[in-house]
Order: sequence, then C-alpha cells, then structure tokens
Amino acid sequence: MTPVARITRDEVAHVAGLARLRLTDEELERFTEQLGTVLDHAADVASLDLAGVPRTAHAMAVTNVLRPDEPRPSLDREEVLRSAPAVESNRFRVPRILGDAP
Amino acid sequence: MTDVRRADQDGAGEAWEMVVGLEVHTELKTATKLFCGCANLFGDEPNTRVCPVCLGLPGSLPVLNQRAVELAMAIGTALHCEIRPSTFHRKNYFYPDMPKDYQISQYDEPINVSGWLELPGGRRIGIERAHLEEDTGKTAHAGASGRIHGAEYSLVDYNRSGVPLVEIVSAPDMRSSAEARAYAAELRAILVACGASDGKMEEGSMRVDANVSVRRGPDAPFGTRCEIKNLNSLRSLGRAVDFEARRQIALLESGEVVVQQTRHWDEGEGRTVALRSKEEAYDYRYFLEPDLVPVVPDPAWITAVGASLGPLPGERRARLATLVAGALPAGAGGSPDPGVGADLEGAPGVSDADQEQISTVVDLGLDGLVTAAVEGGIPARLALARTANEAATDAAAAAGLDPRAYTSLLAMEVAGSLSATQVKAVLHDLLAGGGDPAELARARGFEAMADGALVAVVQEAVDSHPAEWDRYRGGEEKLAQFFVGQVMKATRGQANGKAVVAELERLAAR
Amino acid sequence: MTEAPGTSPGPAASAAAIAADVRSGRRSASAVTEQSLAAIAAGDGEVNAFALVTADSARRRAEEIDARVAAGADPGPLAGVPVALKDNLCTRGVPTTCCSRILDGWCPPYDATVVERLAAAGAVVVGKSNMDEFAMGSSTETSAFGPTRNPRDTSRVPGGSSGGSAAAVAAGFTPIALGSDTGGSVRQPAALCGVVGMKPTYGTVSRYGLVAFASSLDQVGPLAATVADAALLFDIIGGHDERDTTSLDRPAPRLASVVDQGVDGMTIGVLAEYLEGADPAVAGRIAQAAEVLAAAGARVEEVSVPEVRLGLSAYYLIAPAEASSNLARYDGVRYGLRVDAEDTVEMNVATRSAGFGAEVKRRIMLGTYALSAGYLDAYYGQALRVRTRIIDGFAVAYERCDALLGPTAPTTAFELGAKLDDPLSMYLSDVCTIPSNLAGHPAISVPFGTGSDGLPVGAQVLAPALAEATMFKVAAVLEAGAPVGGAA
Ligand SMILES: [Mg+2]
Ligand SMILES: [Zn+2]
Repeated sequence: MTPVARITRDEVAHVAGLARLRLTDEELERFTEQLGTVLDHAADVASLDLAGVPRTAHAMAVTNVLRPDEPRPSLDREEVLRSAPAVESNRFRVPRILGDAP
Repeated sequence: MTDVRRADQDGAGEAWEMVVGLEVHTELKTATKLFCGCANLFGDEPNTRVCPVCLGLPGSLPVLNQRAVELAMAIGTALHCEIRPSTFHRKNYFYPDMPKDYQISQYDEPINVSGWLELPGGRRIGIERAHLEEDTGKTAHAGASGRIHGAEYSLVDYNRSGVPLVEIVSAPDMRSSAEARAYAAELRAILVACGASDGKMEEGSMRVDANVSVRRGPDAPFGTRCEIKNLNSLRSLGRAVDFEARRQIALLESGEVVVQQTRHWDEGEGRTVALRSKEEAYDYRYFLEPDLVPVVPDPAWITAVGASLGPLPGERRARLATLVAGALPAGAGGSPDPGVGADLEGAPGVSDADQEQISTVVDLGLDGLVTAAVEGGIPARLALARTANEAATDAAAAAGLDPRAYTSLLAMEVAGSLSATQVKAVLHDLLAGGGDPAELARARGFEAMADGALVAVVQEAVDSHPAEWDRYRGGEEKLAQFFVGQVMKATRGQANGKAVVAELERLAAR
Repeated sequence: MTEAPGTSPGPAASAAAIAADVRSGRRSASAVTEQSLAAIAAGDGEVNAFALVTADSARRRAEEIDARVAAGADPGPLAGVPVALKDNLCTRGVPTTCCSRILDGWCPPYDATVVERLAAAGAVVVGKSNMDEFAMGSSTETSAFGPTRNPRDTSRVPGGSSGGSAAAVAAGFTPIALGSDTGGSVRQPAALCGVVGMKPTYGTVSRYGLVAFASSLDQVGPLAATVADAALLFDIIGGHDERDTTSLDRPAPRLASVVDQGVDGMTIGVLAEYLEGADPAVAGRIAQAAEVLAAAGARVEEVSVPEVRLGLSAYYLIAPAEASSNLARYDGVRYGLRVDAEDTVEMNVATRSAGFGAEVKRRIMLGTYALSAGYLDAYYGQALRVRTRIIDGFAVAYERCDALLGPTAPTTAFELGAKLDDPLSMYLSDVCTIPSNLAGHPAISVPFGTGSDGLPVGAQVLAPALAEATMFKVAAVLEAGAPVGGAA
C-alpha cells in the first residue's frame, strides 16, 4: 500500500462538515494534531502489503438470516412524539430544508 | 426494430443521438417493511406505522424481510438477471426524512445483475442491476408554496420509512423518448405480473429517474449525462427526456458544455431545472452494514421463486396474438402455429390496433378474461375489444370479474340478443356490483327488446316511413341504416342493430 | 436512608447466594434492595458509579418479587438480585443517555433484550451506571455526568468505558452489573477495579437495545464479584434473539454449573505479545497465574500471535468508522437534544456540536475520514484485512492451546486526568483487549493480586469462538488461586 500523507487542517475541516460538526479554530488545531498522531500510529496498517487477504467485516460468518413477512404492532404515537424536540400535526417539525435530498 | 433515432427534433441535420438509461425504484407489495414488522401501508395517520427500527431509535437493529428478498429475486428472474449472493451497505448522508441518517442499500454486491428486458417491438434493453434498499419517510413543507423551496419549515412522517424498494438500473441502451416510455411501461407490466408492485407511478409506488446524454451519432463516445428526477408518469418521462436532450444539444451546438448534474422535471413549466443541493460534494462513505449478514440464495430457492412466477407480459401478449391470428379467416394471415408464439407479435394478421389492445389487456392483467371468453366460444377480436376498451376502464373491478359471467355477457352480443350498446351498459353494471348478466340485462329492460317488442317497434318504423320502406324493398340496402336509426331513436339506443336488420329482412321477404 | 435490618456494609453477597435466599424466603428482595440502595446512598457521592439511581422502581419491583415468593411462585435464578445497567442499555420509560448531553432525558419506548431477560430472571435494576460518553473511552472520564472514581483508590480512574458498572460491583453497591465491550470496555474496568468482567463470543448475547458504538465489535457482557456469578449472568442474558440478525441461532448457554470443573489436561498458552508493553509488576502476576494453572494440571506454554500487534491500529479505524455512521442519527430531529437554527443543516450542526463531547467528536471525525473517498481502502479496507490476519493468527495458536493467558491491561488504574488529553496513550490501555473484539472471540478478566501500587491486576483468559465453557473453567482456577494482597 502507498503511505498516506498526514491529515491536514483543511481535511479535518472537510471531515467535520461531512459529519455535521462545527469546530472552533482552537478545536480544529487540536483535533488536527490528535488525529494526525492516531493516524500515524495506524500507518503500520495502511502500509502493510495485504494483497490477497480477504476482508473481515463480520466476526462470525452467518448468512440468510430472514424474518417472516408478518406484521407486528407499531409503537404508540404519543410515546414516539413525546421524545421529539418539535411536533406539529403529529409530525416531526424541522426548520426549513435548503437542499434537495441527494 | 428501433435501433437508432435522432434526437434533433428541429431537424437541424446534425446526427445527434440521445442516450437514455433509466433507474426505476419500485416499492414492493409486502405486508411489512424491509427491516421491521411495521405494516407496509401508508396514507394512514402520520407516524402510526413506526417502531424503534424504522424510526432509527438508538439500540434498534434491522432484520431482513424474507418476502422482500423473494420479490427481488422474482424481479431478477423476470428480467433474466443472474441472481447472486448479496450484501447490504450503508449509504451515509444526512437528511431529515432518513431516520438513521444512512440508507441501507445494496451496493457492490446486488442480488440481481446482468439481465435484459425485451420491448414489445423485440429490442432488448440491458439491465445492469436490480437491488434491494429501504425507502425514506415523507416530508411535507409548510408555507405558501407547499414546496421545499421557500417553505418556512417542514414536517416529517416516517410511515413510509423502511418500506422495501427494488431499484432497477438499465444500461444506457435507449435511443429515444419513445423507447424510454416503452421500457418503463414494459417494466411496469413485468413488476405487476411478478406480484412485486402495483405499478402506480402517479402514487409514487414506481418512481423513474432518467439519465440522459447526447452524442453525435451511434459511434461517438457517450456525452456527459444529467439525471432527471420526479418523473411520475410515462408522459412526463417522454417529455422530460425530449426536453433534456434538446437542452443538451442546444448547449453543445452553441459551443458550451453539459455539466453533470441532477435535474428536476417541472411538469407545469415543461422543463428540467438543476436541483439545489448543499455545497458539500456528496461522499456517501459506503461500508458493509454490520447489522446485517449476506443473503446467499441457493439454486433450490432461486428455482422455487422462479417456479412461482406466472407467465410474463411478453409471453402473455404472444398468447393473445395467437388467439387473434387464429381467428383470422384462412388465407388472411396464414394459419397460426402454436409453437411460434412470440413470433406472432407483429406477424401479418395481427394489426397495430390489435397489438395496442393486446398490450392494454396484458398491462392491466386482464388477459385471463379474454382467454376465458375465447375458450367459451367468443370470437377473439370481440373479446379483446370489449376487454381493452370497456373492461379496462375499471381495471381493478375487471380483475375481480367472474370469467363465466363475462363470457355469457359477450355470448349475448354474439347471439344478437343484446346490442353492443346494451352489452356495454350491462358490463358497466357487472363491474360495479357483479351479478348475473341476464338478470342485469332484464333489470335494465333489455330483455323485452329481445323477445317481441322489437318486432313491434320495427313495424312501427316501417309504417311511419312508407316511401323509405318501398325504396328499401326495391333494393336500396343502405336504407337499412335509416330504419336502424329510427328504431334506435324509439328505443333510446337499447335495440340490437343486427336484430333490427334481421327483422327488416324478414319483413321485406314476406 | 435507613439501613435494612440485619445487614452490614461491605462487599455484597454473591448473586447466586442472594437469589437462593430470596427464592427460599430466607431473605426478602426488599431487604436486599434496601441494602443495595443504602450502600449506594452512602458511597456513590464519592464513586459516582451511577448516572441514575432508580430507587422507587427498584423498591416496587422488589415488592413484586416478594409477593410472588409469598404466593409460592419462583421469580427466577436472579430473584431479588440488585443489578446495575450500563446507561447504553435501553430501558423503557427510564432515561437512557449513554452519558451524553445529546441524549439528555431520552426515555426509550422499549427495553433491550438483555433487560427483558434480566427482568424475566427476577433481577432488580437499581440504576443506570456511568460510562464514557457513547462508550468511547477507557477511563469513564468522558461522561456528561462527571467521572467515576475507582472504589479501590478514588484518585484513580475505574477504567472504561463500563467504569460505572465495574465500580458498582467493586464498591459492593450491586453484586452484578451489565456493561458493553467493544474494545475491552467490560474487561479493562473489571481489571482496574478488581472484579470479574467478561466479553462473550460475538453473537451470543443480543445487541437489540444496546445503543450501538461499533456494531461489528459490540457485545454486552457481565460484571460480577465472582467467576460463578459472571457465568450465571451470562447464562441469563445469552442465547438467540430474532431481533438481532447477528445473534447466533444456538441454545442459551448453561455454564454456571461447569465453572468449577478445573483445567486438568488443558493446554494454556501465555500470550507473549501481551506481556511486551506490560508493567513489570503486572507481567509478574501473569507469570504467577501461569504457575497456578500449571499446578492445577494444565500444560502451560508460551505462544506468540504476532498479528495482535496490529490490533490497536485496526481497531482505531474500524470502530470509529462504524461509530461515525451509528452516531449520525443524533441530528436533533426525532429525539434528544436540539439546538435550534434557521435551517435543518445548521440545526444538525449546532445540535451535534453542542451535544457531543470532545472524544466522541474525535472518533466521529476519525471514522468519517477513514471511510471517506480516497482513504477508504488505505485505512478501512486495510483494517478489515488485518482483522482477517488476527483471526488467522489466533487460529494457529488454538491448534495447540485450549485457551490463552495474558494481562487484561498493561498497567493498573491510572490517575484521573492523566491521559485525558492524550488520546493515543489512552487508546494504548486497550491494547490487550482489542484483538478479542476484532476476532469475535470470548475473553474474561479475573482479579489476580495487585501491582506494585497495591491496585488490582486483572488476568485475562482468551478462548476460541464459543469456547466460553473452557474460558470459565480457567478463570475459576485463577480466581481460586489468586494471591491475597501484597505486591508481586
Ligand atoms: Mg437507490
Ligand atoms: Zn417499524
């Protein structure tokens, strides 16, 4: 594998945007440093030659776990909406949406 | 048949060719959602079909619906796909109608790959994949416009969240808006035939996105494409594809470039407009869904699902075409050979008009009625015409019609005991509430016409128009239509034209 | 708070003994519950093991159990046993916050499967225990409710992230507790607090209702004062659950009765790599533990699984990657905190920026980065290949060994605040626990003497997938042979 360059401040800012987080300048500075340190440590993994090694995403290999198509009771709406920060007409209310769904 | 068509509607002379690929999302007709036991129903009271799983509550986990997998496999079988071991990924992006802020979807290992769909004209359109994924909730926009832009705020209902979808991605094989429409129509018929979908585009249970690009002729490399969303009818699809191709051609001819983007079809304005999205480029960060395990269909399972499929639209159209061709007088179209069903589409003797009626009947799943009627002795063309033109007006009711009642109604028309107009009226009653056609006819007073009353009415028409009667008796056969008209007027359309003519002939011969 | 008659403060009796007393009517569940609540009231001001004490519902529940006993019914194998639940286990109508501001006050409309199973066994939940925010941490210092302190020395951390559950057992507040273990979060605090903590084979305990951190690694695990109690608790929470696709379709475990069958004839490998970075006193205890096993009839040999050295790096790519996705749903729309703003994107950003603490933000960003276009294969993809190598490495060791032995943590409990601003050094305290999560294998930490500072040392027993029975037998021998007090 090719070695990966150290994470930059701009990349941290970009990643924060993808994750819907806002960082102060001070946080941006600190996180860039800290993520850099952790990723440096991970460089041993990134630089290994593991061509041909399969990936393990599930520790236990199981397949075809399926559920019969039988209805189960849904939740009580009052209980569901009680947790909501804002409700109107039995729906979850959110501020204006500027962009279309991708 | 149709290989290449030109996109240049203005006839500018450039050999522009449009290239269209469609992505169709169809909701599956399951009892429950894809990953939870909530009922797959909406139009219900908002947020009443929700549970921890489809609301994405912390700690909840998805469990895959077996029926949804089998419907996906049925679609794959019908589209001649390879049905493969498959996995689910998470497609990560934030949007308020998506409760987990990721969509569970099949990504690099979809359940169906590499198939094809044959258009009624015989051309094959490639199917790249048909994969399973979950639907999102529904957002209503508050404020003057009721649309997303300019809304002050929005309201979210998660009843639809987690409803199973199959996304069917075609190859970029279509070359005209007509082909795109034909593909969508045929796909819809196949989905309905599989029992996978109700195929209602207008209600959103089948949603079509079109990828459109243009190029200078069939050998040129593909151009930059745009994806058009919000095509909720075949008509919109056709119009949008034509508009978009013209827009791209105009850009290119004026030396500009096509920018790859997602566009929205504005039905009212009749044009596509670029979608507004946030500045951030979407980076979905796909990774294997750790909460689900692979689906590995074994050959026995695939075979069982395939065996449960009824005949598909192409085969069913061929079967009707055989009936129609078989009904031709000898010499008009050759004798039908039952072994060459599919070849009869477009065969001599089966006209374009027949073909259109056949398609209507098959798309609506009413071919069983036609077949039953023909087996009951009704001429194929009559059975086809009544089904495509009359029964089809209420397809849902027609699908529930008793084939024996339908056949006996058409038999009355054949026998001349009811006129075409009367048969249509009785069919209307039959669709509305069922029952015995003879009784329904009697209730409308049609039976009286059949035994005796007609004789009196015809006699009266003859007596009132002696001059015309003399000319008719003298050989002017076209005057028969005059008398039929008089009788129809007197009976307010309830008489059987053939019976009137028969009575005229009887009187004249006396 | 009044003390129940006939009880005295100090370490709680074993869960098995309490349940036997309550089932036979020798003691009431109410008296046991009062004793637990009294101990909490007396000691938790200092320890802060609980995010929430559910005294009223615990008392009602205890009365119910007593009524059932009085009516001649059997409330189950945990009848009247007080239990602490880590605050990432959903409890219907009872706040479940993962000790994060973003879930402040959230009451789930459903119970986790393990919570249902505890209730069916007659246990009495006395509260939700403190934890690192969203289980991200190794010291229980990142909790929105303030840090938990180690009952053995309150200037020290209890370990984490299930530090509240480990401290509750160590302080004698409850005889048993549930935690969750994604990279060592049950075993490491168990070791640092001097109690037993176990991570089951992935898939043997349902994750339904466990708020996800890293889904492919998370397992709920028992904490207890004794190995036998840990086995009993595992028997109750384990077994197939159709609501968790990754739950293995196997009969429920029944291990409480096999725990004391000994290790005679077993081969146990001392895992060389786990001793490499260990404090010498900790390493000395492990050598002593090996002697105990040999004396009990096991063949003990040194083994090497070099692949485990890559575990930490792989883990700190995989776990944050999954977490970045699992924690996306905290967006201010449906539940939990909302910080209002002009539009939905700004609302999401304001809510998440205010609601998550620094460690959670760090891991979300690390994971988002590891999954993002351009780095996916170099980081996340490589980490998954390393995972395969670790599984293969363990497989080689298990061709010769029935179980492996090593320290649970490289050091004893560290001072509060010592590693809080140095993420990498904090992450290194999980170096000996992470490989079992990556492999999906079971592992258990058993108290085995103390280090040079007089603080507890945990001996860790690792076993192949589904070999919990072997693991518990080894653990019980270590428990019986553990040195009492004194430096190594
Ligand atoms: Mg899709
Ligand atoms: Zn649901």
